Amino acid sequence: MKVSYYPGCSLHGTGREYAESTEAVFKSLGTELVEIEDWNCCGASSGHSRNRDVAVGLPARNLLLAKKSGFTDMVIPCSACFQRTKVAEHELKNHPEMFPEIKYDGGVHIMDIVTFVSENIGIDTIKKKIKKHLDGLKAVTYYGCLTMRHPSITGSKDFENPRNMDALLTALGIDVLDWSYKTDCCGGSLVLTRPDIVWELSGRLYDKAIEAGAECIVTLCPLCQGNLDQQQAEISKKNNRKYNLPVFYFTELMGLAMGEGDVNTWFKRHLVDPTALLKSKKFL
Amino acid sequence: MVNATEEIKKETASAEDNKAGIAGSTSGFPVSMKVYKLKDLKPFSREIIKSSGENINNCYQCKKCSNGCPITYAMDIQPHLIIKMIQLGMEKEVLGSKTIWLCAACETCGTRCPNEIKLADMMDSLRQMAETKGYVLGQKNASIFHKSFLDSIEKYGRVYEIGMIRDFTIKASGLFGKFFDGSLMRDGKLGIKLIKKGKLGFSPHKIKGTAQIKEIFKKLKRG
Ligand code: SF4
Ligand code: SF4
Repeated sequence: MKVSYYPGCSLHGTGREYAESTEAVFKSLGTELVEIEDWNCCGASSGHSRNRDVAVGLPARNLLLAKKSGFTDMVIPCSACFQRTKVAEHELKNHPEMFPEIKYDGGVHIMDIVTFVSENIGIDTIKKKIKKHLDGLKAVTYYGCLTMRHPSITGSKDFENPRNMDALLTALGIDVLDWSYKTDCCGGSLVLTRPDIVWELSGRLYDKAIEAGAECIVTLCPLCQGNLDQQQAEISKKNNRKYNLPVFYFTELMGLAMGEGDVNTWFKRHLVDPTALLKSKKFL
Repeated sequence: MVNATEEIKKETASAEDNKAGIAGSTSGFPVSMKVYKLKDLKPFSREIIKSSGENINNCYQCKKCSNGCPITYAMDIQPHLIIKMIQLGMEKEVLGSKTIWLCAACETCGTRCPNEIKLADMMDSLRQMAETKGYVLGQKNASIFHKSFLDSIEKYGRVYEIGMIRDFTIKASGLFGKFFDGSLMRDGKLGIKLIKKGKLGFSPHKIKGTAQIKEIFKKLKRG
């Protein structure tokens, strides 16, 4: 199976291990990711903050490129890129008169990566590929904001308590713990303008994850992973508490369980080193 | 007390008097709620409804939005009050607030609002209006950040992080300001770590279609 793939800027930069692990895992599962040729940035939060037309125009160019190459399905790992592309699709469908320059009449099915993996690839296929069960790893899943919200845009049905990433990780043997913060905000792009807000919100997430008994946090969003991983040392200082909570992309753990890809290279890119935890479980 | 009772009586009476402009009561209770038309609203309220497409006039102040908002503790005006103040035409206070810049567009509020108001879209309109009307912005560096970010896309088609952050830092506080409050050291150290981890590149990736990107910015920038 071939599918159109929009990595977005984060996966080429701060979220490189997300791209590397995604590509390795998909290859092993028999799905070829075809990166959209010459894709552009989706505009992220700055696009919609400044101008609605730019916010729709940027993702629309990517949609048109994917369509031109004949694809009907498009996978987007980054939550923000996924949501911005869905917003563009929604606006073009419901208010075409506002964007007369853009000739896009639909036809590309935009999917977030977890939905694609769960529904189009399926847990049974994944189970067959598992070489090493990650038994006994205690994790909380963290979905963040934009894969789910706003549900009228994303189409999510489980927006208050999403469970599809939980199911994938459970299939790998991971002990997925209950907590109430799956879709709470980490502070997002405020990290550059009001880092204190990110420290407050992300610090609370660590506290609650530990309270739930987690040894690590697993996410699907490169902005969430960025904040939770890169700011952890600073937040530890501020809160006077040594957190040491590795923050994984779910695809990294899939790769680890499936014995696919260069896991050590991925883990070396983390600021909070996950290798000690994984060694203590004999996964490395 | 007397005055308040008098007021209520007056309202009820006028409800019965003016059937055309008043919501009819099907339950048998006297209804004194006026059905507002767009033209009856304060100009500021009308502008926001038009530009955001969100009917903020449906808000009944249940506060569900503010109760679920993760950032209220840092805001100067809570989200439900932003709506009330727009209805009252308090343009200066709303457009000069920090709130409109601190909203992280997490969409928790809009997802839970019983009246289907997407407050995040309303916040976008407020940010844009605050800039075009030339208000002193409540959180100026947020606006500078968004500009630096979009400049980077306009130039390269993708974000060039190091260039964008450098541009933002210089414009937002000047290197001196960042140096003296210690944040330059903190951010610089983190930056070096990220470079070592292979997460930040030193040169921008310029896409082939930058002419099309310029066109998106030019043709679509109406306001
Ligand atoms: S949740 Fe909706 S109706 Fe309730 S106060 Fe907020 S905007 Fe108004
Ligand atoms: S979208 Fe903005 S106002 Fe609404 S809950 Fe999130 S941060 Fe608060």
